[in-house]
Amino acid sequence: MNTSVSIAVNGTPHDSRIEPRLLLVHYLRDVLGLTGTHVGCETSLCGSCTVLLDGRAVKACTVLAAQADGAEVTTIEGLADGDELHPLQEAFWEEHGLQCGFCTPGMIMAAHQLLEDHPDPSEAEIRHGLEGNLCRCTGYQNIVRAVRRAADAMGAASS
Amino acid sequence: MATTTVPKQIGARVRRKEDPRLITGASTYTDDLKLPGMAYCTVLRSPHAHARIASIDTSGAEATKGVLRVVTGRDVQEAIGGLPVAHKIEGLLEPPHRVLAIDEVRYVGDGVAAVVAEDPSTARDALERIEVEYEELEAVVDVEKAAAGGPFVHEELGTNVAFTFPFEAGDVDGAFQDAPVVLRQRIVNQRQIPFAVEPRAVAARFDRGHRKLEIWSSTQIPHLLRTQLSVMLGIPEHSVRVIAPEVGGGFGSKLNVYAEEALVGHLARELGRPVKWTATRTEGFQATIHGRDQLADVEIAASEDGVLHGMRVKLLQDLGAYHQLLTPVIPTLTVLMLPGAYRLRNLQVELKGVFTDKTPTDAYRGAGRPEANFIIERVLDLIADATGIDPIEVRRRNFFPADAFPADTCTGLTYDSGNYQAAVDLLLETVDYDALRREQAQRRERGELMGIGVACYVEICGLGPSAALPAGGWEACTLEVRRTGRVVVKTGVSPHGQGEETTFSQIVADALGVGLNDVEIAHGDTDYVPEGIGTFGSRAQAVGGAALSMALEDVRDKSRKIAGHLLEADPEDVVFDEGKLHIRGAPDRAVGFQDVVTAAYMADDLPEGVEPGLASTRFFEPSNFTFPFGVHLCVVDIDPDTGEPSIRRYVAVDDCGNVINPMIVDGQIHGGVAQAIAQSLYEQAVYDADGQLVTGSLMDYAVPRASYLPSYELRRTTTPTPVNPLGAKGVGEAGTIAGNPCVMNAVVDAVSHLGIRHVDMPATPEKLWRIITERD
Ligand code: FES
Ligand code: FES
Repeated sequence: MNTSVSIAVNGTPHDSRIEPRLLLVHYLRDVLGLTGTHVGCETSLCGSCTVLLDGRAVKACTVLAAQADGAEVTTIEGLADGDELHPLQEAFWEEHGLQCGFCTPGMIMAAHQLLEDHPDPSEAEIRHGLEGNLCRCTGYQNIVRAVRRAADAMGAASS
Repeated sequence: MATTTVPKQIGARVRRKEDPRLITGASTYTDDLKLPGMAYCTVLRSPHAHARIASIDTSGAEATKGVLRVVTGRDVQEAIGGLPVAHKIEGLLEPPHRVLAIDEVRYVGDGVAAVVAEDPSTARDALERIEVEYEELEAVVDVEKAAAGGPFVHEELGTNVAFTFPFEAGDVDGAFQDAPVVLRQRIVNQRQIPFAVEPRAVAARFDRGHRKLEIWSSTQIPHLLRTQLSVMLGIPEHSVRVIAPEVGGGFGSKLNVYAEEALVGHLARELGRPVKWTATRTEGFQATIHGRDQLADVEIAASEDGVLHGMRVKLLQDLGAYHQLLTPVIPTLTVLMLPGAYRLRNLQVELKGVFTDKTPTDAYRGAGRPEANFIIERVLDLIADATGIDPIEVRRRNFFPADAFPADTCTGLTYDSGNYQAAVDLLLETVDYDALRREQAQRRERGELMGIGVACYVEICGLGPSAALPAGGWEACTLEVRRTGRVVVKTGVSPHGQGEETTFSQIVADALGVGLNDVEIAHGDTDYVPEGIGTFGSRAQAVGGAALSMALEDVRDKSRKIAGHLLEADPEDVVFDEGKLHIRGAPDRAVGFQDVVTAAYMADDLPEGVEPGLASTRFFEPSNFTFPFGVHLCVVDIDPDTGEPSIRRYVAVDDCGNVINPMIVDGQIHGGVAQAIAQSLYEQAVYDADGQLVTGSLMDYAVPRASYLPSYELRRTTTPTPVNPLGAKGVGEAGTIAGNPCVMNAVVDAVSHLGIRHVDMPATPEKLWRIITERD
């Protein structure tokens, strides 16, 4: 039994007929071909699949696509403004906040949420705010720096 | 390498060229591939550690709508050869290791059958419709018991000991005779799960027109994989193309040849459709190699002034159930590196590699060297403790002095270059060590637990001379300057996070005076880059970069000849300078690099004997390994009520020779130290008495999150290596090698006044709490 959903992804509306058990992460990757959102586990513990659902970071492997019916989803592909990188993307690049890059889309999306909740986070707040996301390459130090740099850039832009 | 102008890019903190695609979600990892007509593969795995397969009934799965093929070990035993092990170990027992088990399973996760279906969920569901009847056998779990006798993992061998590797140098008995300080300690390197965040994945397509099998795999070694797949599948090597697309971390776990790589290749060929398999995280835990798992019984002979005179080491390496590509080789590296930074002359080792009913072990970041360094650096602290001499002073008394290089170890290695005391001096400039010791004394009086840990290291990098490796230790590079001036580098290394697209571009930019964005680094496709070995053993820069340097020298020589001809000057007098070549001392007498390139391709006015085009292919064969070194210090506080350890400060002084990009080098240290802290305080793969992997998911296996880890303070000394033209030694594994003893020496130091001499990793709060409360 397929069900219809209408989901706006990165500003583009999509009407799809999908299996009710389809996870949002597979909807994005397999149905829409947006493979920037990654899958690193099946226990909701790695954070590789983090996207924004109506502006809030969620692990797309814990959400059914059907639950996102009527919602707006932002993935890593939709974060930049045209050719202009989002301050978080710029900061991850500048601070070497990634190595293999596999955790990066999820990490950036989680950081997006973090900065929304704490626009001026301390190092400890950044480390706790990213608890749901695993990175094996960087030891997190440059990720922490990147988030701090993005906070500065975004703070400067809004003040 | 010799640049005639001042290096501008080499040594500079350059942002990575690979990042724009990675931060925008535009990169393609293996699982992102969707080929027309693609089918999906899943593997049924053994739930038992050791069992006979009485029967397999695949009919239910075969009858499932959407299922294209179901195969068992028997079905593919003719078509697919066994999994390879590359080694030079005399007398190694090599029981068959098939891509799917036949008759018997030997670890939880051993593959039993595979399904291919139209879509992934059908392939997953069909696994449940395969009926396997198992007769359970006694599982071989404890490595000491396994070494001593039966039951056997491979009954036909009549033993679990796959090899013994005895080693002896100097006069060990003499060293122990009358030694004033004799100590004994069991030192364990517990089993680790590498956990690259990208799960392994393989996709394959058989191109019927060209009779060519194309394999995409998240591998560190596309070229070695090509050769092995050709052997396993019985097709000529030139009919196999391996592509390593974006690879999401490896840490050694993708330095292998896995069953699924051959299986998926075979199924794609047989079905005439592209097939993809992606590991679940559970498969990542069960059916991807594990690391470490080594047990050492160490005897130490030292003098009262803290000099180490002799060691006897009994090493048991838990191999797991089968050999993977380098399984038995890893602990032999431990033997080689046991002397560490020290002039140890008398060493006796007995290494045994032992099969157990567990996931095979193999290379995990550091691969044999963290084990060695953990042993020797614990040993130095044990000597410090027994003699009452400060740990740093004990190290100084045992170091190879700066004038000893090249320095021969008793294990037959020649350390290329080094200055260990200089690294310690820099550490002591960075940290007020005496103040830390005073603080520790004060805190102890207040009942607080604070430890200071120091560990030196020497690592073996730039793997390595071909004579020392089982499958070639060279690296290849093709450098092509296209007629537009675009420089294309085809390198045999296969980066998966290490940033060689950037660092190699920096090397090219300095050598040819071109911009970073005029350079393109191609890797990871065996049709485009015909030869290579791969990325592991901290070799990409030291060996791959060296091959690039050689090719650059060729192109520079030829460019100078052409420029000299155009300028009517002696090529010897022509120098490179930012997009131009000019006569030395006469910058106005210049031609643009592009003019030289154009002349090379127009070819109507070339000097005599110079061929058209501008390209070179070179192979670099290192004459030796390289030996980076350094010293790390950390301060650990342990909560006396809960036993919880926390790292207050971590300072790393590393010397990896010349540095191409300090930002990338620092990143490698960060990641390596994080993995060392992970082993020291958090991670342990645990099997129960039945051989079940108890820590088989992220719920039970504690991969550190950001909040578990400190920030690191990094310092650097620079001692170039004479082994390669870049003077670079390699850095990928340094942090992992230095970190374990550094953290654990601090942990032990924090409780040493309670009479504790050693603590096993991981130093969990529970373990420490027991230690503290039992001694109170
Ligand atoms: S894929 Fe791991 S949390 Fe979603
Ligand atoms: S950059 Fe590789 S896992 Fe984070």
